Amino acid sequence: MFNPYLPYPVRIKEVRVETEDKSLKSFWLEFMKPEDAEAFKYTPGQFAELSVSGYGEIPIGIASSPTEGKDLLFTVNKVGCVTSKLHNMQAGEVMGVRGPLGNHYPFDRMEGKDIVIVAGGFAVTTLRSTVVYMLHPDNRDRFGKITFIYGARTPGMLLYENEWSEWQKRDDIDCHITVDQEFPGWEGLVGFVPTVTEQVAPKPDNAIALICGPPIMIRFTQPVFDKLGWQPEQIVMSLENRMKCGIGICGRCNVGPEYVCKDGPVFTKAQLDQMPKEY
Amino acid sequence: MADKILAKDKLPEFLAQLEKEHRVYAPQLQGDDYRWAPLEQAGDVVWDFSNTRLSPKEFFFPQTECMMRFVNDPADPEGMIMKPEEPLDEKRVLMNIRPCDAKAFGVLDLIFCQDDYTDDPYWRDKREKTLLVALACNDPCPQCFCTSVGCGPHSEAGSDLLLVDLGDKLLVKVTSERGAAFAEGLEEAGEDDQKKAAELKKAAEDKLAQNLTVGTDKIAQKEVLELFDDPMWDRVWESCLNCGTCTFCCPTCHCFDIQDETQGKEGRRVRNWDWCMHWLFTRHGSGHNPRGTSKERVRQRFMHKFKYIPLKRGGEIGCVGCGRCVVLCPVNIDVREVVNQMNA
Repeated sequence: MFNPYLPYPVRIKEVRVETEDKSLKSFWLEFMKPEDAEAFKYTPGQFAELSVSGYGEIPIGIASSPTEGKDLLFTVNKVGCVTSKLHNMQAGEVMGVRGPLGNHYPFDRMEGKDIVIVAGGFAVTTLRSTVVYMLHPDNRDRFGKITFIYGARTPGMLLYENEWSEWQKRDDIDCHITVDQEFPGWEGLVGFVPTVTEQVAPKPDNAIALICGPPIMIRFTQPVFDKLGWQPEQIVMSLENRMKCGIGICGRCNVGPEYVCKDGPVFTKAQLDQMPKEY
Repeated sequence: MADKILAKDKLPEFLAQLEKEHRVYAPQLQGDDYRWAPLEQAGDVVWDFSNTRLSPKEFFFPQTECMMRFVNDPADPEGMIMKPEEPLDEKRVLMNIRPCDAKAFGVLDLIFCQDDYTDDPYWRDKREKTLLVALACNDPCPQCFCTSVGCGPHSEAGSDLLLVDLGDKLLVKVTSERGAAFAEGLEEAGEDDQKKAAELKKAAEDKLAQNLTVGTDKIAQKEVLELFDDPMWDRVWESCLNCGTCTFCCPTCHCFDIQDETQGKEGRRVRNWDWCMHWLFTRHGSGHNPRGTSKERVRQRFMHKFKYIPLKRGGEIGCVGCGRCVVLCPVNIDVREVVNQMNA
C-alpha cells in the first residue's frame, strides 16, 4: 500500500550559497530511483517535505519548474535543527523528499490573463518555479503580459540572480528588481517592494496577482492593490505554517478549518478573508 | 442478517472461535480503573463496567509508534534511506467496546483515510485487522452525552457486532458484513428478546435525557469567524492548564508529532501523541507562534472538534460524548458547558 509518510531517497547534486550572509542555500537534488522521479509530478506552487534522517523533516516550496527536468531545486533558510544540519551537508550525501504536497498556483484560472508577480525576500522560491514554467515555450502563449516585481534588503540577499538577469533581457516579461536602499555597485531600482509596486501600478483588468513575502511586505503591498481596484479573488497568496505530516491529518498547520498543507498553501485573498487570522 | 442470541454460558465457545485467528482484548479491572488488556479466559469478561479510563484508540493509533527505520551510517550502501515498519502481525478483537468508542473510530476513519494520497497505512492496517464487538450501554454514566452528538447507548455505528446484555444471555446484532461471519452459527433471537432489548435501549436513552445535554444545531449554522471571534473564549481559557489530559483520554482526538531518534547505527522515525494546547505545537522555527496564547489554543481544540471537523467531514462531529474529559479534567472544564455556550 502506498505510504505517504515514506520519503523518496535523493542525493544532493549541487549546493549553492545564495545570499551574502550564507543564511540561504540552494540544493539541487536527484532521485536515486528512476520510478520515484517518474512518480514525482508537480506544479509550481507546491511544496515538499525535505527529510534528513535522524533530524526530521521541513516543508519547503519547490523552486525548480517541472520544465527543467527530473532534478528538484529547493532554497532553504537556516533556522533550526533540520535546516542547520542540511546546511552542513554536501553534494553526494543522501537525504529524502516527500511529495509533491499541497495545492499549486491556479494556472487554469490564470490562462489568458496578465500575471503580476510580487515577491519579497526569500519567499520568491515557488515564484521562480512559476516564472520558469510560464516562460517555457510550451507555456508562454497561455498567458498574457507577465510582470515580475522582486525585492530584497540588499543586492547580496537577492536570490536567483542567474535567472532574473536573463529574464531582464527578454521582451516577454517585465522585470522590476529592487533593493531596499542605495548600495554601492547596484545600478538597479531602489525602494521597498510596496513602493515599487505602486510605481509599476499594475492594472487589475483581466489579471491575476501572485503575492508572496514576509508579513510586513504583505501589509504594505495589499493597500496598493486595493487602491488600484484589484478584487480579493484576483489576489493569490501562499501561506506557511509549522508542519509534520504534510497530508492533512496531524492537526498542526490548520488556519481555521483549512489545513495549509492540504487545502493550501495557495489561497486567494477572498478565501483568507473568510479564515481566522491565526497565521 | 437477523439478530441472534448468545447465552452467556456459551461464551467460552464463542470466544474460542474468535481466538482461532484473533487475539482478544477486553476491559478488565486493574487497580481502581477498567483498562484494556488481553483476555486470558472467558470468565474474565466483565458486563457491568461503565467505561475504560482511556479510550481504546491506542489499538489503532498507539501513543508512540515506529513508522520507519534507517541505517544511521552514510558509509552503508543503504544508509540514511528510510524503510517502512512491518505491518501488524496479529488480528485482534476488541470485546465489549462501548458504542461511543466504536463510533469514534468511524469518525477517525474519515480523518486518517481521506483520499488516494491522504490514506494513513499505519491506521488502515490496524483497522482492517481488528474486529469490534461492542457492548450496548444499559446504564449510562452521569457524564455521558452521547445522544447529543449523534451517538447513543445502543448505537450500531462503527462496530462489527453489537451485544445487548439481557441478563443471562446476549442479543447479538450484526452491525457489519465482517461481523456476520462470526454470528452465523448462533440461534436467531425471539420476539421477547427483541422486545427486552428495545426496552433496555429506551430506558438508557431516557436516563441520558436527564443528564446535562448538549446542543450543536446552531454551531452548524454559524459562520466560522462568528464562533471564532465570540467573546465567550475570553472566559473559557482561563482555568485551562494546557495539560493535554482531555486530548489523551479522548477517543476522537488524533493530533500527533513526528520525531527522528537515533542510537548508534540505528535510526527510526516515530509518531507520538501530541496535543494542540501545548505552546510548542504550532511554534515556527523563527519563534513566531500563530497560537501563542492559551486562549487561542483552548479555542482551537473546541473549534476543531465541534466546527471544523463537521464542516470538512460531511457533518460528523469530532466528539462522541463519552464524557471522559468531563471526569478527568483537573480543573473541571466541562466540554458540555463550553459547547452549549458555542451553541447559544
